[in-house]
This record gives sequence, structure tokens and C-alpha cells, in this order.
Amino acid sequence: MADVNRGNRPLSPHIMIYRPQMTSMSSIMVRLTGIGVFAVAILVVWWLLAASTSESAFAGIDGFLRSWFGDLILTAATWGLWYHTLGRLRHVIWDFGYCLDIETAEKLGLGMFVGATVLTLITVLVV
Amino acid sequence: MVQLTLPKNSRITTGKTWPKPEGAINVRKFQIYRWNPEDGKNPQLDTYFVDMDSCGPMVLDALIKIKNEIDPTLTFRRSCREGICGSCAMNIDGINTLACIYGMDEIKGDVKVYPLPHMPVVKDLIPDLTHFYAQHASIMPWLETKTNRPVKEWKQSIEDRKKLDGLYECVMCASCSTSCPSYWWNGDRYLGPAALLHAYRWIIDSRDEATGERLDELEDPFKLYRCHTIMNCAKTCPKGLNPAKAIAEIKKMMIDRGV
Repeated sequence: MADVNRGNRPLSPHIMIYRPQMTSMSSIMVRLTGIGVFAVAILVVWWLLAASTSESAFAGIDGFLRSWFGDLILTAATWGLWYHTLGRLRHVIWDFGYCLDIETAEKLGLGMFVGATVLTLITVLVV
Repeated sequence: MVQLTLPKNSRITTGKTWPKPEGAINVRKFQIYRWNPEDGKNPQLDTYFVDMDSCGPMVLDALIKIKNEIDPTLTFRRSCREGICGSCAMNIDGINTLACIYGMDEIKGDVKVYPLPHMPVVKDLIPDLTHFYAQHASIMPWLETKTNRPVKEWKQSIEDRKKLDGLYECVMCASCSTSCPSYWWNGDRYLGPAALLHAYRWIIDSRDEATGERLDELEDPFKLYRCHTIMNCAKTCPKGLNPAKAIAEIKKMMIDRGV
């Protein structure tokens, strides 16, 4: 025992050789959308702060957010927010002990991608 | 910690391409991870060609054929050849499984074989499982009792015995734990799906009388709660078990006893 890395043993390859799974991909996307939405939330706070600072400060950030690039970021953030919401909802279901078999979990994962896209389209059309 | 690349001594280089078998018509290409602790070189990916017309159906059959007929230095663990000993767990075609019960007809294209992911390699396809076994030992994998020993045996109803189905079948092959990204990044402190499935197996055993102590031991931000329900464990288990479900049940018990 206790010779865990005797002789400079190499580490076997991991994420670079492991085949992506529906469950693992839908899971990491919850984390990534969480980070992304947080970053965009900072933009929105900046927008609000600028509104209370001066007219020129507001015009700058407002112009950026209303440009095609700003539109792109906000639409992506809308998708991210919906996806993250659905992902967290899946965690709530799991925490009650339901839907933990692979087949259902994979369907929920696919449902999150489809659901977030549909909800984003509805949001964009309504707003 | 998350690390998306391999340390310098672990980067894989292109290895040797072994000659094709003469006169074979139905040949399949194998790419296999090799590391020799004695030559001081980095790990490499060797290429072998196997005559499928004279080879058994499972990946282990091909590995044994390579060792017998092409390259006797190829090193791997194997024993029962029927999925009950758990020795030949390795990463085949991008997922962890037992080479002895994984059919080559399930693989499209070339067959890629690596040792179990994110483990120290002893040689070729053999990972060092010392830490993995120590984690299993840490969850007290035995019946803990406090009441006086019964005259004959510790009895269990048929219903209570059924609660162990889907848990007792685990052969400790380490496929699940080494498929888990949480275990990759935090395996030093996170117990991983295999040890936690075993923990649950004893927690819900009606004869066990140390449920409280077992839960106390697991109440830890790393040991239990590094599970984020990524579910690679359940997806890859060669015995079709569901460690993710077992871990979720432990988390539920933690909440239940809190309220």
C-alpha cells in the first residue's frame, strides 16, 4: 500500500478520450450557462447604473446593448437563462429521487436543449 | 482541481505499428495505450491488426490474442472472463467497461483501448487502484451491529432483502468512479460512485445498526456532495447498476434525518 505514485507514474488520459454522453453534456451546460448568465447580468447592472449616472454614460451602454451584437448576446443569454432554469428544475426532480434512470435522464437532457430553444423563440417573439 | 490537459510525463505519443497478420482477410485495427515503467519514455499508442476470423467476440479475446500471437509484452489484468471479477475494467471506445463482456460488434471503426481514466498507471492498461480500494474500506463495508448476537443468524425479511438488489451486484471494477468528472477533479477527497453505492448498500441493510454513524461519516462537502448527478457512472456501469440513484438516496436520507 501507500505507493500511489511510485516511480513517476503517468496519469491516464481522461476528458480527452471519454466519449461525451447526453447526461454529462446536459450537466456541464447547466454550469456553463450559469457562468454565462452571470456575466450578462453584470452588463445589465452596468446598464442600470449608467442610467442613474449620466445621459452620455447611458447612451454608450444602451447603444451597445441595442446593436446587433448586443441583441445576439441578450438572445444567447435568454437561451442560457431558460436552459439553466430547466436544468435546475431537473435537479429539483432528481433531489426528490425521481427520474434517475438513464433513459429518463437522457430524455430530460434532450428536453432541456429543445425546451430552452422553444422558450427562447417564444420570449423573443413576445418581447 | 479541473485540469483539461495531461501532465508532461503523461502526454501520449505515437507508438509502434505492429505488422498485419499474414493471409488474414477480415482484419481489425486496434489502438492500445502502452506505458513501460522501465524505459523512461512517455506513454504511447501502439497499433495492432487482429485477424477477426480466428478471434473470439469480446474485446478481451482480442487483447489475449494480441498478447499470445503478436506482442507478449502487452500488459493487462484479467481473470474470470465473464464479468464477475471486475479485473479487466478499461476504457474501450470512449467508455469504461469490462473487456470480457464488451462485444467488438458494439464498436464502430477502430478499437481504441486505454486504462481507466485519470488514474496513475502501473503499466500499459493497469491502473493503480490503491486509493480507490482505500476509499471503499473507509465506508465500513461490513455489517455493524450493537445488539447481542442472535443464537443462529441475523434475519432479514424478503422485502428488506429486496432493497439490496441493484447494489450487492457491484464487482468493484472502478468503471463508474473513473468515468466521473467529479472523481477526476476531486478524487482525493470525493469518495466516488462505487464507494458511495457500497455505503448505501450498508446504510439500507435492515440488519445494520450503524446507520447514524455511516451518515455522519458521509456528511461532508467532498465525500458525498461532490456528486453533481452527471450520471456517467450509471451510464457506463458494465453490470447495469445505478450509483447515481444510490447517491441521491443517501442525500435524501441526510435531509430526512435533519427535519
